[in-house]
Amino acid sequence: MSSTADVAAARATKARGSGRRSGITMKVVSTVLGAVGTVLAASFVIFVALSFAPGDPVAQLLGSKATDEARAATSAKLGLDDPLLVRYWDWLSAALHGDFGTSFTYRTDVIELIKPRLETTFLLVAMAAVLMLVVGIGLGTIGGVSRRWRPVVSALAGLGISIPTFVAASVLISVFAVQLGWFPTFGAGEGLADQVEHLVLPAVALSISYGAYVTQLSSAAVRDEAGKEYVMTSRGRGIPSRRILRRHVLRNAALPVMTASGLAIAGLVAGAVVVEQAFAIDGIGSLLISSISNKDYPIVIAVSLVIVVVFVVVTTIIDVAQVLLDPRQRGDR
Amino acid sequence: MTVPNPNAATGLDGDQPLLEIRRLGIELTDYLPPRVLVQDVSLTVRAGESVGLVGESGSGKSMTIKAAMRLLPDNANVSGDINFDGRSVDKLSRSELAAYRSGDVAMIHQDPRSHTNPMRTVGEFLIEGVVATRQMKKSDANDKAVALLAEMGIGDAGRRMKQYPHQLSGGLLQRVMIAASLMNEPRLIFADEPTTALDVTVQSEVMAILMEQIQDRDLGMLFVTHDLDLAAAVTDTLVVMYAGTVVERGRAEDVYIHPRHPYTAALLASRPSTTQVRRLVSIPGRPATAYEVGDGCAFAARCPFATEQCRSTRPPLRPVDDSQVACHRSEELAAVLKEAASA
Amino acid sequence: MSAIALDNTTTPAGARRSKDKLLVVSGAVCLLVALVAVFGTVLAPHPPDQTDVLNASLGPSADHWFGTDGLGRDIISRAMAGARVSFAGAGFIVLGSAFLGTTLAIFAAWNGGWVDRNINRVLNVMFAVPGILVAVLASAIFGAGFWAPVIALTIVYVPFYARVVRSSAVRECKMPYIEGLELAGVSSWRICTRHVLRNVSPIALAQATIAFGSALVDFAAVSFLGLGVQPPQAEWGLMVADGRSEILSGAPQQSLVAGACIVVTVVAFNVLGDRLSSRIGADR
Repeated sequence: MSSTADVAAARATKARGSGRRSGITMKVVSTVLGAVGTVLAASFVIFVALSFAPGDPVAQLLGSKATDEARAATSAKLGLDDPLLVRYWDWLSAALHGDFGTSFTYRTDVIELIKPRLETTFLLVAMAAVLMLVVGIGLGTIGGVSRRWRPVVSALAGLGISIPTFVAASVLISVFAVQLGWFPTFGAGEGLADQVEHLVLPAVALSISYGAYVTQLSSAAVRDEAGKEYVMTSRGRGIPSRRILRRHVLRNAALPVMTASGLAIAGLVAGAVVVEQAFAIDGIGSLLISSISNKDYPIVIAVSLVIVVVFVVVTTIIDVAQVLLDPRQRGDR
Repeated sequence: MTVPNPNAATGLDGDQPLLEIRRLGIELTDYLPPRVLVQDVSLTVRAGESVGLVGESGSGKSMTIKAAMRLLPDNANVSGDINFDGRSVDKLSRSELAAYRSGDVAMIHQDPRSHTNPMRTVGEFLIEGVVATRQMKKSDANDKAVALLAEMGIGDAGRRMKQYPHQLSGGLLQRVMIAASLMNEPRLIFADEPTTALDVTVQSEVMAILMEQIQDRDLGMLFVTHDLDLAAAVTDTLVVMYAGTVVERGRAEDVYIHPRHPYTAALLASRPSTTQVRRLVSIPGRPATAYEVGDGCAFAARCPFATEQCRSTRPPLRPVDDSQVACHRSEELAAVLKEAASA
Repeated sequence: MSAIALDNTTTPAGARRSKDKLLVVSGAVCLLVALVAVFGTVLAPHPPDQTDVLNASLGPSADHWFGTDGLGRDIISRAMAGARVSFAGAGFIVLGSAFLGTTLAIFAAWNGGWVDRNINRVLNVMFAVPGILVAVLASAIFGAGFWAPVIALTIVYVPFYARVVRSSAVRECKMPYIEGLELAGVSSWRICTRHVLRNVSPIALAQATIAFGSALVDFAAVSFLGLGVQPPQAEWGLMVADGRSEILSGAPQQSLVAGACIVVTVVAFNVLGDRLSSRIGADR
């Protein structure tokens, strides 16, 4: 004996049901396309910006004593006389095949320079990410759930977020490497175990401020969720608190926590640049800095692009996950 | 699973009220001095009886039923007694409280949408109450939920169970809430303005379903609302609250036709008339909360009949004819009030 | 009949009327640091640039409260001088990005539709490039120094502002009284500046205070990398970098003092901004 409104709603939902799955797919596809577009746009902007940078690649390659003809020939070979858009297009099409050009200073393919350093940076970021997620989310959950610990967690997080990565690095080196001698002071080491040992302090330094960010957001998310009215309703139905926490509060808070974690991981990639300098680690971050000093722009563009791609990939994964996991965003209604 | 009551007087169970609230007081402790929200409220609900708790916003009615389920926030200090089946609700241990909440009583809230977890299906919501408290197996709970939904007039209940709250309309969702409240077979239902958040056309349907269930199962009900007409239509006893205290209490038809407190009469008089075209009468001023009123009668500032005595001395709740009224001048004003209400 | 005596303070439910001690303390610290930034060179016990190689890398002493750096310069004096540069950098960044971001946000919120969508798209692209990268690239293009990182970071911070202010501006623009003003023929410019801006500025201000800390850190980071302020100028990030070699030889004073200055300042500004935000939230 349902009312006419309910019958109508039932019919409409049935009709939409078949379109529902394609609705999600559409959203995911459009998000991914948007990400690709963003990367392309960013790469274009970076390319154009760097074309105005000082430094003469021809002089770098040939030295200052080269003849004018030699210069002109090299210039033409490098395609430096072509208009900007053509140069961008050439670069882009080569890049999509994995060819990022040749370094002016090292005289080797840029891609070969990037690959090993990328592994080092990846290991560093991975270690920092694990640390950040475990400690960050753990503390955040405690802070959100327990009223007693909340001010402590909040203060710790507030402090952590205020400590810049390079300051943390200095303190850690000073205390743990120099004074206590527990860890090596710089470098990335050889072989996996040695590398991990070398990267412990850098990973800790890197994870502090981003971990604090994750803690703050997790704490807020858990706290918000625990304060929602349906939690009170569940308590009123006699459901044990433990179960409410596990099945409702934490599960619902998982979504914003995941978003915050993703953003923090993306931030780690950017922060790696600073940490690598502080600990003299030969990763893509220090490659970027040194190639800027050397005005070796093929490397600069390539590394910048790598960083942007990683950044965008991480944020896109978060966006897609949000669409998939939140029933309200699936566009059922 | 209900709370066994070793203290129930044998042989007099029929007279033992299901819910007894005696001199309830609620104050918020994070103010200095503590803010009083509810003062000296007493009422009873017997098995099979529907009691309407009527008042405007700030009257403390919602706080009262939350207190009865021990759902008040930590900063609220409760004084007085609340007894269910003779046992003090305040003194229940953790597990007894869970048993009380999951077996003896149930609450229907005002806005179904904010009281359901948007990330869980309707079915999960319905069965969680009984499954988590280990009263039923999951499959049995599912069957019962489907059966209850059908009783609510929800067609295609099986499909509805798999949907999420945002896919249901307000009226539908409130019917789900009613079903959820009946899942654990309570003896008393607290209804906190169950139809206020709904469209008018849906309100009467939902009320009809609710009343049908109450009557079929012979449940007690404490029905909170600001709508005096609605309360008078569906309840046996009316309790009128103002500024955190009870100002009048009596049989519904009696209070409705023959109000004995100026506030009740004013409420009745301020309803738009369906028979005459005339200006709306309103009570001057705005509803007060308990902590805003000083000594004397809480309603004195807005009462057209207030005297010096009214402003200085708080009137106690005393029997006047068949009702209980908190007014110094109730008897002398009887005729005036009756006329004002029927106008 | 008399009106009901009202409690004059309309504090929102549950809010305490206690004085906000954190607000006062953090505000005081921020003020103190700002004063040092402005008057630092006058208050410093030693000239910040005076080298004294014979007394290099000394620990704390009566003459040099926090010791000396690798070139014998007094650390605390350098820190005070550095306050000025760091503050100026962060200040410009915050002011610039607040101005641009708020303007952009109100513009987008007011015009809505196509304008709003496209501005959002541009902002999304800007979010895609991490701030440090932009600052570093800017140094590459324009050379190291003070202004390249400042301008770059200003641009980087605009989207953060714009996003926060925009949502508030959108809400404001939808309010009925705005529509009323429009209908009454008041010019868009006037509505936006006199009304929308006024109601949005508390949020922008709170955001600016919070952003100050981040801007300080980012600016110092760029200098740390060697791409910002150059020696022999005093700047906190630069001092941390300078002090690295001394850390290895067991004299961490320079890095630690400069680092501590940064942390204390950032904490103070973050707490201040947070307190301001919750005040604004409570008033709404």
